[in-house]
Amino acid sequence: MTTHSVRVVLPAHLRVLGRVDGEVVLAVDGPVTQRSVLDALELRHPMLRGTIREHVTLHRRPMVRFFACEEDVSLESPDAELPDAVATGREPFFVIGAIAGG
Amino acid sequence: MTGVRVLVGTRKGAFILTSDGARTNWEIDGPHFPGWEIYHVKGSPADPDRIYVSQSGGWFGQLIQRSDDGGRTWNAVGNEFTYEGDAGTHQFFDGTAVPWKFTRVWHLEPALDDPDTVFAGVEDAALFRSVDGGGSWQELVGLRGHGTGPSWQPGAGGMCLHTILLDPRDAARMTVAISAAGAFRTDDTGKSWRAINHGLRSEGIPDQDAEVGHCVHHLAMHPSRPDTLFMQKHWDVMRSDDGGENWREISGNLPTDFGFVVDVHAHEPETIYVVPITSDYLHVPMDARLRVYRSRSGGDEWEPLTRGLPQEHCYVNVLRDAMAVDSLDECGIYFGTTGGQVYVSPDGGDTWAPIVRDLPAVLSVEVQTLP
Repeated sequence: MTTHSVRVVLPAHLRVLGRVDGEVVLAVDGPVTQRSVLDALELRHPMLRGTIREHVTLHRRPMVRFFACEEDVSLESPDAELPDAVATGREPFFVIGAIAGG
Repeated sequence: MTGVRVLVGTRKGAFILTSDGARTNWEIDGPHFPGWEIYHVKGSPADPDRIYVSQSGGWFGQLIQRSDDGGRTWNAVGNEFTYEGDAGTHQFFDGTAVPWKFTRVWHLEPALDDPDTVFAGVEDAALFRSVDGGGSWQELVGLRGHGTGPSWQPGAGGMCLHTILLDPRDAARMTVAISAAGAFRTDDTGKSWRAINHGLRSEGIPDQDAEVGHCVHHLAMHPSRPDTLFMQKHWDVMRSDDGGENWREISGNLPTDFGFVVDVHAHEPETIYVVPITSDYLHVPMDARLRVYRSRSGGDEWEPLTRGLPQEHCYVNVLRDAMAVDSLDECGIYFGTTGGQVYVSPDGGDTWAPIVRDLPAVLSVEVQTLP
């Protein structure tokens, strides 16, 4: 099984909560998907469980978005493979707090 | 007793205000968790260094923070609040049935004798308990499973369980309140519950003295008299002397009996406090004057307390969990406003002064009396 080095950019609130500076670099085994990246992220930083995905259902929270390679991939299947540039670490996977409010 | 620590939850973070017994000079520490809604901060009666925080936000959901050193450092603990079994439905504002859905924790109530046991009142209304310091949470399903559950519906702030009273005589007895379902009591540690709303009348529901459906805003109890409960209902200030079995109105000469907070003096079980608010349409003090009302007779007869409080151009609200009392020899009374002021009276309400004026909107105020 191939292990990928995936870069993840978190929003400010979650960087504080996860006690991380800058990007998070994760070792992801097998296909690089939203699910495998977030599983690895939550394994490394368990305090992030429930903040990006709902507990139990693991559905993306309504006001969280996922960007990759200048595309919004939030509505893609969580098991769809992310772009090769993310899997190879050339581009980060962005977790975004949706812009909302006035 | 050497001092007090006031725990303030706001729309944009938590603040810790400390002072010695004089309660004149204050240190302001915060914001903790800046940018997050802090619905409640409460310390353990069994260990004042153990503090629990309900931290939430629309983007990233619910978190629970715990401090073991009096608020100097924090750790995120368990935040999974999953209803037991089939969650079922309750009524929405329009009367349609909607699935029960967890939104946030409104109130955290640490057990009286164990810092690792803590109860959480949540929206949609349910009661959870942790026995491992907040690491994991289990629903006390008997409450939501009360036969009337499907008929409960939200108040304007959401269908929240906002008050948890623990009986110091009997750990098996708890009383909770839900907006807008009413008050409920268990005598078997949460296995079974009864609605305790006899005597309440609410004009906003079709059957004004129904078993459930009353918009209870807050309950208070003096630990020396756990059978005597005080209630600020949507309208009406109420009292029960039999553990909630029967209620009678004690609004008396209040200028309006709408409001959110009610609390009891630490040493005088018949001295109680409310902050009258104009109406359910106008959530500001009457006549733009911020007045606490005190009754020294357990209700009915009330006096306005105004010294040090703004008596003109005041348009703030005082939310349901935003009043607390300390237990120093001369009882201190505290409350916070939606305008960001936290007021203290170090003399049981006779005089007031702002501890701080410009915090974000205050959601909750608790106080720890430090040894």
